[in-house]
Amino acid sequence: MSAPIIWIAIPFFVGIFSLFILRERSSALIGGVTASVLALIAMVLPIDIALLLGSISIKISPSIQFFGRSFEFNTADRPLLVVVYGISALWFLGTEASGTSRRFVSLGLMIIALLTASIAVEPFLYAALLLEMAAMLVVPLLVPPYQKPGRGPVRFLIYQTLAMPFILFSGWMLAGVEANPGDLGATTQAGIVLGLGFAFLLAVFPLYNWILMLMEESSPYVTGFLLWALPTFIVIFALSFLDHYAWLRNSSQLSNGIQFTGVFMVASGGIFASLQRHIGRILGYAAIAETGLLILVMGLKSSEIVTITFLILISRGLELTVWALALSIIKRKAYSLRFNEVQGLARTYPVAAAALILAHLSMTGFPLLVGFPPRLAIWGELAGQSLGTSFWVFLGMLGLLVGALRTLAVFVMADQGKSWSMNESLTQRTMLALGIFGLFILGIFPQALQPFLANLPSLFEHLGQ
Amino acid sequence: MVMDIISWISVGLILTTATTILINRDWRVGLGALAVQYLAASWLVTRHLPFAMGSAKLITGWMVVAVLGITRLGLTNLEHEEDTFWPRGQGFTAILMGIVALITMGSTLSIEAAIPGLGLPVIGGGILLIGAGMVHLGVTSDPWRVTIGLLTLLAGFEILYGAVESSILVTGFLALVNLGLGIIGSYLLMAGSSPLEMEDDR
Repeated sequence: MSAPIIWIAIPFFVGIFSLFILRERSSALIGGVTASVLALIAMVLPIDIALLLGSISIKISPSIQFFGRSFEFNTADRPLLVVVYGISALWFLGTEASGTSRRFVSLGLMIIALLTASIAVEPFLYAALLLEMAAMLVVPLLVPPYQKPGRGPVRFLIYQTLAMPFILFSGWMLAGVEANPGDLGATTQAGIVLGLGFAFLLAVFPLYNWILMLMEESSPYVTGFLLWALPTFIVIFALSFLDHYAWLRNSSQLSNGIQFTGVFMVASGGIFASLQRHIGRILGYAAIAETGLLILVMGLKSSEIVTITFLILISRGLELTVWALALSIIKRKAYSLRFNEVQGLARTYPVAAAALILAHLSMTGFPLLVGFPPRLAIWGELAGQSLGTSFWVFLGMLGLLVGALRTLAVFVMADQGKSWSMNESLTQRTMLALGIFGLFILGIFPQALQPFLANLPSLFEHLGQ
Repeated sequence: MVMDIISWISVGLILTTATTILINRDWRVGLGALAVQYLAASWLVTRHLPFAMGSAKLITGWMVVAVLGITRLGLTNLEHEEDTFWPRGQGFTAILMGIVALITMGSTLSIEAAIPGLGLPVIGGGILLIGAGMVHLGVTSDPWRVTIGLLTLLAGFEILYGAVESSILVTGFLALVNLGLGIIGSYLLMAGSSPLEMEDDR
């Protein structure tokens, strides 16, 4: 069997199968188990190397031809597949606890399969088309059949669709620039077109308003999944661009531009988060700030770009899972998610409130939590390059911390006579407790991620070498 | 020579249909214009791609039109979201389309000079559709019109991209994207228009 069939075709068809056949409860289980098994296979079985089990020889071939082009995974992709399907399993297993519809697992599996295909397709440029298809599959999740579509999903669809032509054209233009690097005009044009494409894809300021709209209009769990899945693969796609084109890597103007964009997103996301009175919008701004961190890292002149990026992506996956799950549970009680409705909720939903605050604190880079090691690494790199940039990043993180403290204050602001009770179901408590455990364990023992991180730089030929 | 004439007629058709879609409020007229627009666009695509690939684009486009048409036929009580900004109205959109036409005339020659071999009708048709799509997306957030706008924009992009990239996989993926947009557009139109179905989403 070939690797693309295992990690692309199988989850895609399991997604289709579960869409039509399975019932709600078993759907979450099937999705979680499928993703876990795929992560396990990626961890255990090598690609393109024969494995002898008794008298049986197993070999996963690395590529498959499709309409004259290839989809290919190699050994370097294995840690990435483990991370992607491992975190996906968490999302799918949390479906029941979050009260999200069964379609989430079905479409989620198909989305992850398409996004995984985006890292396997050769030439890598075609990933833009697969990202667009995945984005389209998200829309039915964002808009339930009984709800009139708001502006958020429509704007999301517009921005993601606009990104695709920009990226495809920029790829064609970059090929020309590679052939004639002295042509400054063509270089500038290609850079602008590419920048616009990624600005739409990564929701760079001021194109991030759909995130905040979705946090108010759609299910927080689905939006959280979207804010984890799409940026993860878009960042890998962006790194592929940097890896393929030498002038992108070596251009100091481009590097400064990327850094400025990242810093602006971190600072604006953090400051705006501190001013919100809606706990869903706070998550949105925190995700924007973290995307800013990822962009900032891409602009750093460092050999550690790949390692730090994946460290952020792993922590982001766990933080957003816990945060979105807690938010979904709270939303059942306080639909609007505004401060005046969630006041004193720590007494009635203590586990959800604690999980939400811990995930939020982790995103601010609070020590002992999973978000701390990547931020420490970023501070280390930034301190050596620019104190001005460090200041603005600090301001953004401070804004997020203020947002966390305000949320905490609102959660515990209850009448003295109000008694404590635990209204989360057993499944919800178990999932949240597991999430909190993960936030602490990976924060206290970040070296547990080392086996995955050590091989990830080999995904790229030039970056991080 | 005949080919060139047909190509220029296609550009004229694109200008007419794009303006009709933008100005006319009757969905039947809009969809009919979109179907004709796909015919003109697929002709321009065949200037650089094999006829079979151009036909695939035409069939995909007509399938999208059919999907949207069937969905719209089934919806009797659809309210159109009124534009909430000024300036607005048919006159305003006609002026915007005029500006797009002027920009197209201005930029076609310089693009042909920068990328020789594309052909003036191909560039003109592509830029016109992209511009019309952008105007559409700029003046509305109604899911129906947004879908039509995105499809128009993509049709323009496909004309230009077909001239520089001839991969079958890309053609196939673009067809899927077009079909997907049509289906998502239909879904957005239907969402909220039928009685509450709570058993699916707790």
